[in-house]
Amino acid sequence: MGNRETIVDPRGPIIFDIRNLWAYYGEKPAVKGVTCKIPEKRVTAVMGPSGCGKTTFIRCLNRLHELSPGARVEGEIFLRGKNILEIDPVVVRRRVGMVFQKPNPFPTMTIYDNVLAGYKLLGIKLRREEADRLVEEALRKAALWDEVKDSLHKRGTYLSGGQQQRLCIARALAVKPEVLLMDEPTSALDPKSTAKIEELVVELKKSVTIVIVTHNIAQAGRVSDYAAFFYLGELVEFGPTSQLFTVPRDKRTEEFLKGKFG
Amino acid sequence: MRSILWRKFKDRSALLVITVLAFLPALPLFHILYGIFRLGLPAFSWSFFTHLPTPPGEPNGGVGNAIVGTLMLSMLASALAIPVGILSGVYLSEYARGRFGEVVRVAADVLQGVPSIVLGIVGYLWLVKPMGHFSALSGAVALSLMMLPVIVRSTEEILRMLPYTLREASLSLGVNYWRTVIKVLIPTGLVGITTGILVALSRIMGETAPLLFTAFGNPFWNFNPLQPVDALPLTVFKYAISPYQDWIRQAWGASAVLTLMVLGLNLISRILARRLSGDGK
Ligand SMILES: Nc1ncnc2c1ncn2[C@@H]1O[C@H](COP(=O)(O)OP(=O)(O)OP(=O)(O)O)[C@@H](O)[C@H]1O
Ligand SMILES: [Mg+2]
Repeated sequence: MGNRETIVDPRGPIIFDIRNLWAYYGEKPAVKGVTCKIPEKRVTAVMGPSGCGKTTFIRCLNRLHELSPGARVEGEIFLRGKNILEIDPVVVRRRVGMVFQKPNPFPTMTIYDNVLAGYKLLGIKLRREEADRLVEEALRKAALWDEVKDSLHKRGTYLSGGQQQRLCIARALAVKPEVLLMDEPTSALDPKSTAKIEELVVELKKSVTIVIVTHNIAQAGRVSDYAAFFYLGELVEFGPTSQLFTVPRDKRTEEFLKGKFG
Repeated sequence: MRSILWRKFKDRSALLVITVLAFLPALPLFHILYGIFRLGLPAFSWSFFTHLPTPPGEPNGGVGNAIVGTLMLSMLASALAIPVGILSGVYLSEYARGRFGEVVRVAADVLQGVPSIVLGIVGYLWLVKPMGHFSALSGAVALSLMMLPVIVRSTEEILRMLPYTLREASLSLGVNYWRTVIKVLIPTGLVGITTGILVALSRIMGETAPLLFTAFGNPFWNFNPLQPVDALPLTVFKYAISPYQDWIRQAWGASAVLTLMVLGLNLISRILARRLSGDGK
């Protein structure tokens, strides 16, 4: 449409190359022919009005979508050149971690075991020092270490909502994923916890690629380098956040940013 | 003024009526408990718990063999019903989407409605007849058929109650579904699943009918599952219809033992259930 490209390829290394991705619930498509490239070690924000397919889209990227009843995916998603739709989903999910809208620590596990859940649940044995080191490293990365270092053996569910969410981030980071997907990670949190997680996101992109769904335009502006705007299942616009926010190329993006819908 | 008072009066009397009615079902229970313990507790003694039965009129008879038998039957029945019940419950909650799941579910419900004496006949046909003699095992099979639907449905319900986000948390770490079930869902629902098992156990411990032509009864010590055993409900049944005073006294004693066992199980499952609703704190 028009003479200006609405899907802009990012500069620098690419981690995900997504081509004509369709995702269905039964017969109904929720993601319609999305094509874009996700830059490595950057934060990409996924925006759009409620029900436009943001969650569905990122759940395709770690093959969680196909677990919903009647769900189906078509197209290609290359992760560093390999189509993840053709490899074992379990392997994909080790490489592409996820943090959910509501914090979901394992209620039967301690903080320590929650962080190591990616190993323990798979029956991977770790030496004591190695486990301690992994836990500390992941909790430090998630900016939670100082708050919990004296209560590592308490249940994860004792923590506040914001702390629980950072525990979930630590749990995802502990298995050393290449990509971290975040689905509205702050929508259930208070402003202070939200600010903490936003800081964390910016810090984390040094080591991991982040794709974050957010309802909050200001948040996308604060944390992201690239932004994707979805509307009714279509990817309407994709480009550097600064560009998308100042000179949106599609009318619908412009209206969304002005708060006309959402 | 008068109408307000009148309304207040109506309100109060309605409350009174409801309170009394609510207490009504508890009344027979208290009456039964009172009767059992008043007549049963005096039968308790060292020999009552540790001795074998004696012919009527002979002193120091006990129900030791029946207590051992009841424990053995309960354990065997649990060993059969718990693994199968939990697995079917998991299947119904996690995997069964189509018609087959519905069939299993209906089967469990129907099994729950089958009269217990019929399950005794099943135990007879499956084991007693082919083996040529009565046995604890055949009784345990009949009892496990009674436990099974309770465990299946309670496991299914508990697992269904767990939020989907819990499964997602595990799956997103690259853990496959089966490991997620074993390592996350069952441990998280363990208190509830255990409660279901205890409820099932307390239901079967007092059953007489399924044992009549399976475990059959045995006046001697028996620790072999392939031989007939006694059980407390069988003792109660046999002694209570006898004309002998001391046997009748022991029937009350055996009832009291059974009642205490069942009450104990109920209490434990209640404490567990409270822990469950208190989010496992
Ligand atoms: N499990 C499901 N079964 C059927 N349809 C679904 C399911 N989940 C989502 N949908 C539909 O797919 C479409 C996209 O939903 P999705 O959850 O991806 O939107 P979203 O952009 O994340 O919305 P929100 O901002 O409200 O989280 C919606 O029309 C929704 O109704
Ligand atoms: Mg969503």
